[in-house]
Amino acid sequence: MDFLNTFRIALRALARNKMRSSLTMLGIVIGVGAVIAVVSIGQGAQYLVQQGIQSMGTNAVFIAAGSGRPGGARMGFWAVKSLTLEDLAAILREVPLIRQAAPAVISRGQVVYQNQNWNTSILGTAPNYFDIRSWAVQSGTAFTQEEVDYAANVCVLGTTVANMLFPGESPIGKTVRIGNLPFRVVGVLESKGQSVMGDDQDDRIFAPYSTVQKKISGITWIQFINASAVTPEASVAAVRPITALLRERHHIRAGEDDDFFVRTQSEVADLANQTQSVMTLLLGSIASVSLLVGGIGIMNIMLVSVTERTREIGVRMAVGATEGDVQSQFLIEAVTLSMMGGLAGIIAGLAGSALISSLLNWPTMISLKAIIIAAIFSGAVGIFFGYYPARKAAQLDPIEALRYE
Amino acid sequence: MEEQQAQSGEGGAWAVIRLEEVAKTYDLGEVQVHALRGVSLEIGRGEFVAIMGASGSGKSTLMNILGCLDKPTRGRYFLDGVDVSGMSKAELARIRNRKLGFVFQQFNLLSRTSALENVELPTVYAGIAPEERTRRAREALARVGLAEREGHYPSQLSGGQQQRVAIARALVNKPQIVLADEPTGNLDSRTSVEIMDILQRLNEEQGLTVVIVTHEADIAHYAKRAIEFRDGRIRRDRPIEERLIAREVLPTLPAPEGPEAEKPEAGAAPAKDAAPVAPRA
Ligand SMILES: Nc1ncnc2c1ncn2[C@@H]1O[C@H](COP(=O)(O)OP(=O)(O)OP(=O)(O)O)[C@@H](O)[C@H]1O
Ligand SMILES: [Mg+2]
Repeated sequence: MDFLNTFRIALRALARNKMRSSLTMLGIVIGVGAVIAVVSIGQGAQYLVQQGIQSMGTNAVFIAAGSGRPGGARMGFWAVKSLTLEDLAAILREVPLIRQAAPAVISRGQVVYQNQNWNTSILGTAPNYFDIRSWAVQSGTAFTQEEVDYAANVCVLGTTVANMLFPGESPIGKTVRIGNLPFRVVGVLESKGQSVMGDDQDDRIFAPYSTVQKKISGITWIQFINASAVTPEASVAAVRPITALLRERHHIRAGEDDDFFVRTQSEVADLANQTQSVMTLLLGSIASVSLLVGGIGIMNIMLVSVTERTREIGVRMAVGATEGDVQSQFLIEAVTLSMMGGLAGIIAGLAGSALISSLLNWPTMISLKAIIIAAIFSGAVGIFFGYYPARKAAQLDPIEALRYE
Repeated sequence: MEEQQAQSGEGGAWAVIRLEEVAKTYDLGEVQVHALRGVSLEIGRGEFVAIMGASGSGKSTLMNILGCLDKPTRGRYFLDGVDVSGMSKAELARIRNRKLGFVFQQFNLLSRTSALENVELPTVYAGIAPEERTRRAREALARVGLAEREGHYPSQLSGGQQQRVAIARALVNKPQIVLADEPTGNLDSRTSVEIMDILQRLNEEQGLTVVIVTHEADIAHYAKRAIEFRDGRIRRDRPIEERLIAREVLPTLPAPEGPEAEKPEAGAAPAKDAAPVAPRA
């Protein structure tokens, strides 16, 4: 008996119990749907990480005050006064792998323009910060070294802040208030989107570090150094000399912990990637459990179906169906069930990831590989869990089957 | 009429069915049930045999063996000169498909499947192309007078009509033998005669070998030969002397009641269809 025929018989048998068939498929639909959605979201995250690396610059080296050691009593960089402008100068002087470096102090505050106000973070830094992060100014200009030297009240806005305070208006030349201080807006940056960690990098105001240190935070130290190495490889190679230099400058004895930490962009990316793949693995295993449960559901329904149709099987055998005919009939039925579930699952997964991406503003990437694997997997589930019921049907004794009530 | 001579005698030409000391024993652990205790039997081409006997005498067991649904415990069974006792399941399935046609007491049609598709079923397993399948199924349905009902489901057909669909299904692969285990067991007497009419016509016009099991002596009178079983053995094997011809008996029976009288189909249609159908070679 040819395949097309068997397939038709299978479709008809499934159509006879539409409700039952669709409920049976549900497990597979959920399993496959979850796989597709998880993979699309995971790939979207990977894409974000890649973007993050590019946006930070692959040469970036990041130095922060405080201990980077996870666990233990960790002091935040807020409280640690260890990092200074002299440290920055020493690094530039003594580590030739580092080409440029910008200090950073961070603060939070309410920013007001006329009747608009917005709570955001204020980053105090030097003009070369925008270079190091390869972050272009979209309109106006960045502040100058001169303005840093004078601790001028000037600022550059991230696009989110610009949009919040100046809807439909150019902020350049306008004056905003941060706390009680007036700041003149000299420029607006290009949009950079989300960071690797998922926060909005455009929701920030940039001002000279000296201004932030003296007039907002009231501190003399700095919190981070954003440095840039001569090449991507140099960024990794620079970690050791920087560590040695800072330990010496901070008088840290052998065996004592650092009071700062150094990260390169590739490390951050690795970390983010790792977290991503753990998540994907976790969700993937939940999805495969769902596939397994779906498969068991198919097996169960197929066994019921074989019992219900015992007489039909007897009749088919009496008129000439071989064991193989009966077996392939039920096997194809099971595979049709699981493949249809798989197809519905792929559609549901794509719809689900589209929904997530629009709700959470998180990019999703449709993976053709995942779709193909899901389709193959659902077929395999049908074969695996359909085999036993089909075998059972094929091995019925025709006489007993015909007599079955 | 010459056909009939050849068929009536046990000798005839070549026996389509030959049993040699066939026994069937069911081993139920503690007890052994001897359903058949050594049956030797020859049935020639074109015969019409009625198998009779008390309940439990082994008639169905014999039919299952003749129909290649079951294998004898002992003895040999030659079908069309070929020993089928040692054949594989797949080979037996092929023989059931090509050489044999079954009719059951419970009709055994597939529910929620049209009459036409029910009739087509054996052709599906014979690997016949779809158009040819439909053509043959229509032809077989016409032969039993149900051409107009091809789209009906079994639940929309009377018992007699369902049994005629079952006969059409038995015929569709042009078998040599039709085996019917109590084909009229679930039918009233008039409908039973209509079924016998169809079987008699097939036997005479197509030279089909027919073996039926029946409890009713008057049904056996439509056959040409009666074999009586008792306790797993043949007790009596004799030709039917005053054979009844269903075509002649039908007009004497009271006409069926109700608006949906079956008479025009059962009585007249086969006669009408008989002409275009050529006798089997
Ligand atoms: N599968 C089986 N297992 C055990 N015993 C069986 C089986 N099938 C039939 N028998 C026994 O074999 C004997 C013959 O049974 P069979 O069905 O051939 O009788 P029968 O002549 O067809 O009777 P009836 O007229 O009631 O249909 C009976 O005693 C029955 O109990
Ligand atoms: Mg019986």
